Amino acid sequence: MIELKNVDVTVAEFSLQQINLFVAKGMYAVILGPTGAGKTVLLESIAGLHMIHAGEVLLDGRDVTNTVPEERGVSIVYQDYTLFPHLTVRENIIFGLKVRHVAQSKIAEELEWICGIFEVKHLLNRLPATLSGGERQRVALARALITKPEILLLDEPLSALDEESREEMYAQLKDTHQKLNITTLHVTHDFEEAMSLADSIIVINQGKIAQVGKPSEIFYHPSSNFVAHFTMARNIFEGKIIRQVRQEKVFKTDGLEIFASSDKHTAQYAVIRAEMVQLTTEKPVAIANSFRGTVKSIVDKGANILVTLDCLPLFECLLPRQQFEKMALNVGNQVYVSFLPSSVHLI
Amino acid sequence: MQVIRKVIRTASWFWARHRLLAVFSVLSLLIVLFVLVPLFKIVFLSNKAALWQAIQDTSVLKSILLTLFAALITTVIGFLLGVPLAFILARHNFPLKGVLEGLIDLPIVVPHTAAGIALLFVFGRNYLLGKWFNSIGVQFVDSLAGIIIGMLFVSVPFLINAAKDGFRKVDVRLENVARTLGASPWQAFRRVTFPLARRSILTGTLMMWARGISEFGAVIILTYFPMVTSILIYQRFESYGLTQAIPVAAILVIICAIIFIGFRFFLQREKKRD
Repeated sequence: MIELKNVDVTVAEFSLQQINLFVAKGMYAVILGPTGAGKTVLLESIAGLHMIHAGEVLLDGRDVTNTVPEERGVSIVYQDYTLFPHLTVRENIIFGLKVRHVAQSKIAEELEWICGIFEVKHLLNRLPATLSGGERQRVALARALITKPEILLLDEPLSALDEESREEMYAQLKDTHQKLNITTLHVTHDFEEAMSLADSIIVINQGKIAQVGKPSEIFYHPSSNFVAHFTMARNIFEGKIIRQVRQEKVFKTDGLEIFASSDKHTAQYAVIRAEMVQLTTEKPVAIANSFRGTVKSIVDKGANILVTLDCLPLFECLLPRQQFEKMALNVGNQVYVSFLPSSVHLI
Repeated sequence: MQVIRKVIRTASWFWARHRLLAVFSVLSLLIVLFVLVPLFKIVFLSNKAALWQAIQDTSVLKSILLTLFAALITTVIGFLLGVPLAFILARHNFPLKGVLEGLIDLPIVVPHTAAGIALLFVFGRNYLLGKWFNSIGVQFVDSLAGIIIGMLFVSVPFLINAAKDGFRKVDVRLENVARTLGASPWQAFRRVTFPLARRSILTGTLMMWARGISEFGAVIILTYFPMVTSILIYQRFESYGLTQAIPVAAILVIICAIIFIGFRFFLQREKKRD
């Protein structure tokens, strides 16, 4: 369990203010934020590497605000894995046991156990410089977990990997978390990474926590313009609620009216995720929100196609490739975009 | 005709591609000759009989051993006091750090006779530290201790700067990882930081020792007797002229060449091993 209460930290140009955080025992939490948001400083503060100016840090209920890093039971794995370059893989992995003066026989036993989990036995006599990205990460995780810490901190652990090894590592991280059931705090700027790994997401921006919630909450109900942008909601319109029609609110933006299912009475933004909309060549019937527009641009995103329309004043739609090809869209075509009031999120 | 054309073509091909290399090679050759010719001349053109005589001269041998030994003690002291300073300078920021770093380099730029006089003002019998050391029986004038402080003053910046660069190149996150894995600050330093900065520190140590061996100005102000080799060479030159000075100089050059070429060789092997 990790608990931060009103924590203030300042390190060089980074400063974190009034951070309150709770990660329950055994949870996999992801801190999501743009580069320069202070994510690494937050992790290092939990590890005890920076002085905390105000507030408290509790790990498994124990106040560790002033505890030195070596007595916290927290392991950190950095982005580029920071293996000790002068030590072999074996010496890297057993480093934490050696500095604690664990008996040789016990070290051999633990090494056997951790090699079983991360499949690094064949690498033991190699130097880090000779390993591939994926191998380095497995060694770094083995080194971090052989000491059986209560908490694992991961600083952008996937960003140094190519696409293929990244998929592998998603599985590895999930698997490791399931096997060891260790409380994990993972930092990333990659929204998809957060979605696919997290039990809970903490969005951080400019040294402050912007939103905390389950992935689906962050995804469909961003609490601010920033979170909506950061989670690539794409369609964010500024305006206000002008009236209520039965259960639905009418949100006015740029002269147009959008129906939204919401119990809010005031709102500044309406957010519609680009993948939650319908694109049709015929005017759809019986849908509250439907607008006509001209296709302005088409961007191939691989599995999906991003189509931008010149309505509202600009509207982005993410279409699955198959549907896009069936519609045979071209720039300049007239189309209708429609979406359900329940797909509109008001902030 | 065909052959000449081929030669011209080859030459122009090389010239087009290696112009920079060619110009730089010529310039390099000039500076290498400038350094090597005098050294070779002193070693190979000195009178063989005089050289043999100098080798058998116990005062020459004693002076060389004294120089090597004093420089070694100096380097050990410099290591014990300079490496911690280098670590602090590499890892921490504090007010006036830039000024301190500049001051550390000062012994390299001031004339070494001035350095000797400055030391005399602090370690001389009637001054500050000199008085205190005198009370426990250590004197810095005409003594081994005097040679050592003279050498230390002018040579320690080389070690501090080299070690500082070495520590700076060690990623601080490696220390962070070591700490979270359970290492105390001492263990992290001994097992991670120091081994990774070792080559730079070793090079700095060698530079410092070399600088100590060659020191003349600061030492002569503090300690004329016992005579280090640089002073012995000067004394022979002053009293007996060039013919007496050359053999002593030749012996020192040969010994230094053996030591430093050997050391470089050792460092190269280290590098390959890494």
